[in-house]
Amino acid sequence: MISVEQYLALSAVMFVIGVVGVLVRRNAIIVFMSIELMLNSVNLTLVAFSAYLGDVTGQMLVFFVMTVAAAEAAVGLAIIIALYRIRQTVNIDDINILKW
Amino acid sequence: MDILIASTKIAVVLAAMLTSVVFLVLVERRMSAFIQNRIGPNRVGPYGLLQSVADVVKLLMKEDIVPAKANKPLHDLAPIISIAVAMTTFAVIPFGNAIELFGTTIKLQIADVNIGILYILAITSLGVYGLTLAGWSSNNKYSLLGGLRSSAQMISYELSMGLAIIGVILMAGTLRLDVIVEKQTEYLLGWLPAWNIFLQPVAFITFFIAAFAETNRLPFDLPEAEPELVGGFHTEYTGLKFGLFFLAEYMNMITASAIVVTLFLGGWHLPYADMLGLSGFALSILQVLTFCGKIVLVLLFFIAIRWTLPRFRYDQLMSLGWKVMLPLTLANALVTALILLAF
Amino acid sequence: MTLQAVLFYLLAAVSIASAIMVITRRNPVTSALFLVLNFFSLGGLYLTLHAQFIAVIQILVYAGAIMVLFLFVIMLLNLGDSQSLREVISLRKLAGVGLSTAFLLEIIYILGFRVSDFPAGEVTRGLEIGTVEYIGQKLFTDYLFPFEITSILLLAAIVGAVVMAKRKLD
Repeated sequence: MISVEQYLALSAVMFVIGVVGVLVRRNAIIVFMSIELMLNSVNLTLVAFSAYLGDVTGQMLVFFVMTVAAAEAAVGLAIIIALYRIRQTVNIDDINILKW
Repeated sequence: MDILIASTKIAVVLAAMLTSVVFLVLVERRMSAFIQNRIGPNRVGPYGLLQSVADVVKLLMKEDIVPAKANKPLHDLAPIISIAVAMTTFAVIPFGNAIELFGTTIKLQIADVNIGILYILAITSLGVYGLTLAGWSSNNKYSLLGGLRSSAQMISYELSMGLAIIGVILMAGTLRLDVIVEKQTEYLLGWLPAWNIFLQPVAFITFFIAAFAETNRLPFDLPEAEPELVGGFHTEYTGLKFGLFFLAEYMNMITASAIVVTLFLGGWHLPYADMLGLSGFALSILQVLTFCGKIVLVLLFFIAIRWTLPRFRYDQLMSLGWKVMLPLTLANALVTALILLAF
Repeated sequence: MTLQAVLFYLLAAVSIASAIMVITRRNPVTSALFLVLNFFSLGGLYLTLHAQFIAVIQILVYAGAIMVLFLFVIMLLNLGDSQSLREVISLRKLAGVGLSTAFLLEIIYILGFRVSDFPAGEVTRGLEIGTVEYIGQKLFTDYLFPFEITSILLLAAIVGAVVMAKRKLD
């Protein structure tokens, strides 16, 4: 018998792995993938609560999160392509033109 | 008992698909020879029937060559993804009505899930990984171009494929494939079988075109386009791994035909079969044979198209997908919904 | 152990292992493939919670569309092995890992000591609410407004992506 806490703990571990990826990696694409990882761990939380509470709201939220993730991936990857054209790199430490 | 029945069904379907691939390759070669006024393979066995067996033996014996700068694990993984996707799609397709055998009712469908069509769309959308990874991991510019083309092409045509199916889903009111087939066993005006090809002609044509693009067959075989890309994504593949890609292509063709038959051509439904007065078991066998017969007809059409039409240019392919097919399928879904709402 | 428990532990192990691989691989293509594996195990976990529709959409949208886009961009920019960045271990990164670990411990503390009330018991109505019919009905009645807003969001994303990725603006 799996309780909701176990799903939540798994989701927490995945979220933290995503956070580590964002903080540690310098490759913009991998940072981006870590963000997707975090979004997905949150989705798992929502679906778990939805199933255990017998309420469909959680699954609706997941549906909308996926839409937002699709939009975010399209725009984010376009930004990475545009940056690569200008700077020939995807290292986020080298992309510092907004810093002064 | 359930597990036994399920594994028997899986074994029978896989065996049937693998044997039919062997004959399909031969039929394609003989038919292309006929179209091009050649003789075709006729030396190995009677009428060349064993030609494909000889080809399989050759592919198995060949040395497996991996380019020096290739990404070895991904180079091995790509054909496995392709073949796995090709094998799993067939799972939800009903190949006959429920059959009475030894006192139990057996559904002639491997997995009866209530998200049938979505399952097919989800699995076919994974097929692109095999091609793209093969193209990238080979470390060859022709392969890479083939891989890039395949990912762009398959994403573009998946959209029209999914939207074309919406018309059928709206008519049936369900995603279950067995129910969709059952709805098609009725008659329109008392004589015309209510197959979706008559009710949804636009959806049928767009779906069929998208199916050609998804299976990478001419006139949409841009990912492998021999004259311009040598062999496209499988340029750097030999032996067994090339064989797996080859097998996957033909299995995809069979599955695509089965989906077309299920969604639009009435599945296992043989019109006026109930007038023959057959008993339960004989009727079920007849229905399975009808299903296979329809698949064979669609496959012959696939082959005839391949050897009679030239290849599209890449920009033509993209503008057909996005500027013609997508608006057409969207309009079809809208009109279908409006008509259903009005009546 | 029940089937749900076996599947849960198996899929949980796969998802955590693949998540770790995503952030540790040098080659972005390998990372992307492990992320696809992670999405698959998540789809399986959704199935253990009887959320069939979400599970299929997970495969269809994430594995079938979003990750293909990622791979497409990685290949287009040719960010393979030759381009892989040199990652250096700095104090800042160690601090990042430390903070994340603290965060994880915090969540586990909350879960372990039941600081708030979690729904107990089994997946009760899950089978019924996860179906396409139920979700579709809710989506076009109670959640119609957010659903329509989504279309505007997607339109904005399409325009944004085209403008950003275009080589030169006329």
